[in-house]
Amino acid sequence: MGKAYLSIENLGVTFGHGAGASEVLRGVELQVDKGEFVSIIGHSGCGKSTLLNVVAGLVPASTGAVILDREAVSAPGPERAVVFQNHSLLPWLSVRENVQLAVDKVFGGKKSAAERREWTLHNLELVKMTHAKDKRPSEISGGMKQRVGIARALAMQPKVLLLDEPFGALDALTRAHLQDSVMEIQATLNNTVLMVTHDVDEAVLLSDRIVMMTNGPRATIGQVRPVDLARPRDRLAVAENGSYVHARAAVIEFLYTRRAA
Amino acid sequence: MTYPKPDFAEAAPVAVPAGASPPATASAAQAAPAAPKGPGAAGLARQAKAVAAAVLPPALTVLVILAVWQGVCGDSYDGLPSPSRIWLESKELIVDPFYDRGGVDKGLFWHVLTSLKRVALGFSISAVCGIGLGVLIGANRWAHRGLDPIFQVLRTVPPLAWLPISLAAFHEANPSALFVIFVTSIWPIIINTAVGVRNIPEDYRNVARVLRLSPIEYFFKILLPATTPYIFTGLRIGVGMSWLAIVASEMLLGGVGVGFFIWDQYNASRISDIVVALAWVGLTGFALDRIVALLGRIVSRGNAAS
Repeated sequence: MGKAYLSIENLGVTFGHGAGASEVLRGVELQVDKGEFVSIIGHSGCGKSTLLNVVAGLVPASTGAVILDREAVSAPGPERAVVFQNHSLLPWLSVRENVQLAVDKVFGGKKSAAERREWTLHNLELVKMTHAKDKRPSEISGGMKQRVGIARALAMQPKVLLLDEPFGALDALTRAHLQDSVMEIQATLNNTVLMVTHDVDEAVLLSDRIVMMTNGPRATIGQVRPVDLARPRDRLAVAENGSYVHARAAVIEFLYTRRAA
Repeated sequence: MTYPKPDFAEAAPVAVPAGASPPATASAAQAAPAAPKGPGAAGLARQAKAVAAAVLPPALTVLVILAVWQGVCGDSYDGLPSPSRIWLESKELIVDPFYDRGGVDKGLFWHVLTSLKRVALGFSISAVCGIGLGVLIGANRWAHRGLDPIFQVLRTVPPLAWLPISLAAFHEANPSALFVIFVTSIWPIIINTAVGVRNIPEDYRNVARVLRLSPIEYFFKILLPATTPYIFTGLRIGVGMSWLAIVASEMLLGGVGVGFFIWDQYNASRISDIVVALAWVGLTGFALDRIVALLGRIVSRGNAAS
């Protein structure tokens, strides 16, 4: 039993049974401290999203276990809020109602209706989406939808925030804006974050540690690289910084040599 | 505002039942509702143009059809009557749909109203049962395996074939007519609802799982809104079919109602009256279809997949 806040122990995932079974993950070991921002990077199809889904409880582990705050994870729950790649907002609800749904469900018995409404608006404020609170998801841009998705996840006050390629579907400029927002929010709330990405710069800029996955099938953690950069980080300033350049080079090197192997 | 790809492919075979009368006024189906009022003379002119563009083509088509019809049938006194003869013979029926001389000697408005009441009741029952069964076979794999083959067989049975069975079961005309409406219109509602439930995006289900929604919360907050466009596609096909069924079943059951009216006039050899009644049936069916479509648009407002 690890002493870390979030502990992934000897995790393996196999889909299917018998001859058609495919082993996606094997022997994944990872410890994440409270307040740490950890990125998982790897090639497409290496099982990094599966790993995140196991932590979320959406996919069951075949072997091993995920332990969060001394409790084993067995089912999905709001203490492990997920920001999905394609935002997953409910199109028939307004921006505010999407967040409110989560707030009402999670804090239904604990906060009054007025408190819950205020908490909803507070979280929309956090992602700078108050101005569009009465719009429907179909009326706002992809970047704005993802902001609302983040607000919904933050509003659950999760023990660990799970980001599944949250900016993958966005253009480069919007992505940069959202990354800055996430860093700002992280500086204030100091959440524990696990983020899946395939963008090297994103991983280096945002993370305290980068977890590099080997290629599947039977993917596992190949290497873990800490990023020694002081916060707050500025994307222009760090680009020249030695630690940033080294971390970036190390990740790229890992990804390319492993692909060749 | 658009429906997110309702599955017409699966619903289409249900839309044309055997042994039912086709809609009489296909040309009227092109008429679009007028645009909302805008201020200003220029706005009025533009609006008038839009109305004209929507109304003129079908009106012209109707005129052409009437002219050809008049030309073909001429003044002959047997067979299909020409438009001018229909006007002469059925003038009272056309100009005064509201007369009531007691018994079944009423204006067409009253016949259509009686039929519409039956449809409203029968269709409401089939909507409730159809949505319930659709959700069941859409959500539960074993219910789907068990019930779907039976539904696929039953839905091909023509409405009139149900009539003797329902008469035998209920002994009375009114419940039998209701049952025929019910059994005719329920299948597209079941099938479309089930398709909608099965097509709920995985993402919405994951959101529900992360939030730990209870089954009841999931039903009302995710399943029902996500399925609404599909349900309304089914309801729209269903309301059309129930209208087909009422006319057919009233023909055999008698009493007040537009179906019986047609049968009664046929026995009295008043073909002109039947033509007028067909126009009423067609326009009413068209209106029903548009009303359900409009309801669907209002209810699933903003539900477009994004």
